[in-house]
Amino acid sequence: MSAQSSNANAPSRELLEKLFRTAYKIRVFETEGIKLYRQGLIRGYFHPYLGQEGIATGVCAALKDGDYIASTHRGHGHCIAWGASINKMVAELLQKDTGYCRGYGGSMHIADIKAGNLGANGIVGAGTPLGVGAALASQVKGSDAVTVTFTTDGASNNGTFMESLNLAAIWNLAFVLVVENNQYAVSTKIEESTREVDLYKRGLAIGVESYQVDGNDSLAVYNMTKDAVEKCRRGEGPILIEAKTYRHMGHHVNDPGKYMPADRLAYYKERDPVDRARAALTEMSGIDQSEIDAIENEIRQEFEAAVEFSKASGEVTIAEFREFAAAY
Amino acid sequence: MARELMYRDALREAIDEEMERDSSVFIIGEGIAERGGSYKVTEGLLDKYGPKRVRDTPIAEAGMIGVGVGAAIAGARPIVEILYVDFAMLGMDMLVNQAAKFRLMTGGDGRVPFVMRTQGGTGGGVAAQHSQSLEALFYHIPGLQVVMPSVPADAKGLLKYALRQQDPVMFLEHKHLYMTKGMVPDGEHIIEFGKGDIKRPGKDVTIIAWSNMIPRALEAAAKLAEEGIDAEVLDPRTLVPLDKAMILTSVAKTNRVVIAQEAVRRGGVASDIASIIQAEAFYDLDAPIEIVAGLNIPVPFNLELEKASVPQVDDIVVAARRTLHAKPFALAAE
Repeated sequence: MSAQSSNANAPSRELLEKLFRTAYKIRVFETEGIKLYRQGLIRGYFHPYLGQEGIATGVCAALKDGDYIASTHRGHGHCIAWGASINKMVAELLQKDTGYCRGYGGSMHIADIKAGNLGANGIVGAGTPLGVGAALASQVKGSDAVTVTFTTDGASNNGTFMESLNLAAIWNLAFVLVVENNQYAVSTKIEESTREVDLYKRGLAIGVESYQVDGNDSLAVYNMTKDAVEKCRRGEGPILIEAKTYRHMGHHVNDPGKYMPADRLAYYKERDPVDRARAALTEMSGIDQSEIDAIENEIRQEFEAAVEFSKASGEVTIAEFREFAAAY
Repeated sequence: MARELMYRDALREAIDEEMERDSSVFIIGEGIAERGGSYKVTEGLLDKYGPKRVRDTPIAEAGMIGVGVGAAIAGARPIVEILYVDFAMLGMDMLVNQAAKFRLMTGGDGRVPFVMRTQGGTGGGVAAQHSQSLEALFYHIPGLQVVMPSVPADAKGLLKYALRQQDPVMFLEHKHLYMTKGMVPDGEHIIEFGKGDIKRPGKDVTIIAWSNMIPRALEAAAKLAEEGIDAEVLDPRTLVPLDKAMILTSVAKTNRVVIAQEAVRRGGVASDIASIIQAEAFYDLDAPIEIVAGLNIPVPFNLELEKASVPQVDDIVVAARRTLHAKPFALAAE
């Protein structure tokens, strides 16, 4: 059931601009975030989504309010694509009270329950059962919400990958499992962690409609997700989408990623998802360069403002923390 | 008014009433739908509520616990029945790293109204992987509430309360208690967490026990009464939160304590309760605190050895006698 994308209907300028804006916003967040990390302003771990922007961008554009997403260990991109506040994201990374989790969660735990973002996860693969659970809750409540869990090639060898996808299958849940195959589990390349590197086939093995898509093509990801989501809303879920991509650097900021072959990295950088989203917008919408520049400027300024906002924000006080702890 | 019910029927009533009251309550587990569960707790619920809310699962504990936690995060009220507490070990990531952490990691926004029902303890020679008392594992993890009812009325009242909680509940039943009977109040019967129960009032020694150790503690108290020793039997009912006030009040009255648990002694809940008493009621004690607990060994299959591996009535009696015959502390003034 492998299929490549097709642009049957000409995409609107609105959609193309949205895809580019999202992809670019993720790129800025990650590249500027790395700088803040290097300056010592961000503590802990920071796993950049660089190179994978096309996936979160395309998937989230195909969802609507009331739907759910569950994210991965590398979750910033999903939050941004889901429409998160950059102010609250930066504030969380700077461990401030104004952050999404008031500085209690950090990079690996940004969540926004009210908005349907079930969060990133410090445990690789744990988002899959949680996402299936959200889809189950929707079915029990009679809601038409669709849940997308982003997971990864690294997580696909964890038992809960098949356990929970199988539950989604036997219960026909409105659930889309997006497997971001960036070809590395920390530093172990996919060929060393599985004999079958086309991960969509795992879904086929348990009767789940499954596809493969170029994860660096946000428009293709969007089109495929849109079809999957429509099927889920008709009760024809779950669906698995494997999106193939490649990280642009090591596992986290302090991992130089020397194990990644230069020619392979170069191959994927030539297919940079942000450049492709920009090119699609330019070529298909007739937008001119000054408008592109204006969009990029606006996004950069939004990030700068978020840094200022976060620096000016306070942290949770020890007294408030003790109160929280007493009630836990 | 009250009726006599079996522990398992009291549990079923609680689930039934809460499913009736709140349409977001649902239950999943192995063999719980058509078969009604191995211990018949969920019998009849499928007919009443249909397959959307009463679902059988494959044998995949990590997946099903995780799915339950996810459903709770998304605003439903799942009950996940795990056949034996031993099998909950397969889902520990979902309990320890997900359910227990979620509220903190979201800065207080995210709540997990999740109930895991399972059973543990010894009885009937079901051997090492079906006989454990693992409450200390859950007790240790901040964010998990731990409930261990000993009688039908408590089972019903506590389960109903559990199904109205915002935070995850480990509801630990005992395989030997399902067929035991007791009076259960008519009408709405809810027991708040953190409120222990004095199962037998007394003045000479406090016996703290829970789950299947309660019937043994009561039998021990009856034997002690024949010797003229008046034992008070406390059932905290919920280990997290723990009713410290009830314990400290009783210790102030009796000045002697026996704590009885079926779980192995090392790293157990009894040791923690003892540490609380020594820290907060040291000067009320007239004798060292006695802990009666399971041996530090997996539970053997052989019935006599199984029995020898966990506390019996006489172990509690002997421990209580020791607290009474121990010399009081010498007073400096004497």
